[in-house]
Amino acid sequence: MSKTLLEPPSGWNRRHLLGLQDLSVDELRTLLDTAQQLKEATNNCREKLSLLAGKTCANLFFENSTRTRNSFSLAAKRLGADTVEFSSSGSSVAKGETFIDTAKTIEAMGVDWVVTRHQTPGTPHLLARELSCSVLNAGDGPHEHPTQGLLDILTIRQHRGNIDGLTVALVGDIAHSRTARSNIWGLKKLGAHVILCGPSTLVSHRWRELDVEVAYSLDEILPRCDVLNLLRIQFERQTTRPFPSVHEYANLYAMNADRMRRSKSDILIMAPGPINRGVEITPEVADGPHSVILEQVTNGIAVRMAALWLLANAPHNSSSSEPIVH
Amino acid sequence: MTPLLIENGRLVDPSQSIDRVARVLVTGGLIAAINPDDGDLPPNVRRIDARGRIVAPGLIDLGTELREPGREEDETIETGGNAALAGGFTTILCAANTYPPIDSPGAVEFVRQKAQRARTCRIHVIACLSRGREGVDMAELGLLAEAGAVGFSDAPRPTSNSALLKKALEYCHMLDLPIYDLPLVPELTGSGVMHEGRVSTILGLQGLPTEAEDLAVTRDLRLAEATGGRLHIGPISTLQGVELIKRAKQRGISISASVWPQTLSSMTDKELESFDARFKVRPPLRNERHIEVCREALIDGTIDCISTGHTPRAREKKVNDLDLAPFGMVSLETTLASINTDMIRSGLLSWPDAITRLSTRPAEIAGVPGGSLKPGSPADIVIIDPDVAWTVRGDEFQSRSNSTPWEGKELFGQATHAIVGGEVRFERHA
Repeated sequence: MSKTLLEPPSGWNRRHLLGLQDLSVDELRTLLDTAQQLKEATNNCREKLSLLAGKTCANLFFENSTRTRNSFSLAAKRLGADTVEFSSSGSSVAKGETFIDTAKTIEAMGVDWVVTRHQTPGTPHLLARELSCSVLNAGDGPHEHPTQGLLDILTIRQHRGNIDGLTVALVGDIAHSRTARSNIWGLKKLGAHVILCGPSTLVSHRWRELDVEVAYSLDEILPRCDVLNLLRIQFERQTTRPFPSVHEYANLYAMNADRMRRSKSDILIMAPGPINRGVEITPEVADGPHSVILEQVTNGIAVRMAALWLLANAPHNSSSSEPIVH
Repeated sequence: MTPLLIENGRLVDPSQSIDRVARVLVTGGLIAAINPDDGDLPPNVRRIDARGRIVAPGLIDLGTELREPGREEDETIETGGNAALAGGFTTILCAANTYPPIDSPGAVEFVRQKAQRARTCRIHVIACLSRGREGVDMAELGLLAEAGAVGFSDAPRPTSNSALLKKALEYCHMLDLPIYDLPLVPELTGSGVMHEGRVSTILGLQGLPTEAEDLAVTRDLRLAEATGGRLHIGPISTLQGVELIKRAKQRGISISASVWPQTLSSMTDKELESFDARFKVRPPLRNERHIEVCREALIDGTIDCISTGHTPRAREKKVNDLDLAPFGMVSLETTLASINTDMIRSGLLSWPDAITRLSTRPAEIAGVPGGSLKPGSPADIVIIDPDVAWTVRGDEFQSRSNSTPWEGKELFGQATHAIVGGEVRFERHA
């Protein structure tokens, strides 16, 4: 049964959600608070509200995705909106149409948001310039994945109450990870100390310029970490092999029972998924008491509900996007 | 042909060390006299008042993509020639990357005939270095030269095959023609779209590392030294590349080098934060350190000249995501203004030095007429209004394509006249 309980939060002026880099601390908090509120109002994201009844959300996924697409779809439906699903395989894109023309066509069918995933960085920014409706970035290549960053942060906040002062390590394929980039911006703004850890071919020394710690030994940083976010090795994005073997990588960087014993007793284990059991995380850790991986999935729906709702209530002439980097 | 008298302008001709207000008389398609007496003027002379403007040898571009035949949606010989004139270029050297590529005498002849019919600027052909631009076997360089080619290159494909480059440099001794090589190790650039550095790391965009250029420059210099061949390397865009060339020249290696305007501009790799494919150009927009060193190298002569890097790509190709959009920009119509804005008005480069690098040196390197207003020379002349401010609008260009990183930016200076062989082929009406 659907119900309406909530008033739209104030102080949100953006029409698009393209990344976390350009969000203010207040905007981040508004998103997180709204997600928390919606999670509670929907009984852990299980019940429906009718906050967005009559609106339509189009999922335009030009790259394969199961969890993010379903999460956005459910989020829209839990708020009473309709959804349109689009994937590039077998579509006009396969027939040579540009993704912009495809997006414009879908928009012309009367949608209020376009949720887009694409293998190339910047494509949501391009759509935000070309379309009239709101654009949500559901992952643009290795650039950003703002809702993943938010759901990670929301999960940490639920367990620790605050982000400020925590040490959070992102471990793995930083070079190809949009999750890492969104996490870095969000976590740093909220006061966390961020460590990037992985083989030097996947963690460029250039990251130090962003005021994050770069480490190549997981064992050395482990005792200091409050949170470990274990990122998948994205073989599909790599043109050359960045380390000699998966076996060697797992030995150096996989979170396993032995490393758990050397961690803080209350360490949180996270992974954006899909997880490669035995590569970045062993089954006993993934399924163990410190793992919050499935909570992240639930929080994903809450965060996406919050994003859709906030964008729907943004003033119509609000800014599309601030400059990405300064 | 009507005789011309260009008067009251600031005549800048580095080939004669002239930089003063002077009159130029043109008759029969040639420069007849500098500061002729009134009594020597033909009765029907057309007077062009160049007060407040610069009168200089027409600009010469060593590397223009014209895309005809085969890619006429990007540019044609005629539209490219018109764009050249509007930008003050009276001579361009067209690249061989057409479809089919210019690797036969017939293909050279095609371009020459089309250029002649178009009656725009002078268009010379740089023919393929290798058969089919495949980088394996030498093209018929001797026959191509006989057909009128003025140099050889597979650009914008680098000559990856070192053995081919070495042999071609040796072979070209007897032809006395230059080889133009784009310095790039493709294995290091992969599918990169922008300068590799802090910004590409943040944006998650594949980078084009400077080492890809530096290693190729190192190899090119060594082969030029070993063979003594005429090698022109360009475009240069890295500080290490500049250092290598500087040292090579100090050691007496006879090479020349060019830079493209975006490498001298105030635009950096940060422009890619917009994810706009207009800024997807190669060489990529680099950071301030590289820009500064390249500017210094142009000023001190380490880099010999400025080429436009005119690489037109049709709008439908550029309006795409960054991975799919091709590299390229139209720049014939902005080069003069961008150099004026970024280098001359800021006091880094004088007008005589700018004309040297845009006309006199390119003529010497290519071995083509032009680059001088000495009496008896072909009357290829540009008249420049150095102060006019204008906003770049790609849609207003003569070029068939319109993607430019300068879109919407204010630049200073424009060609008001382009005169080819004594004939006014372009005149800008206010």
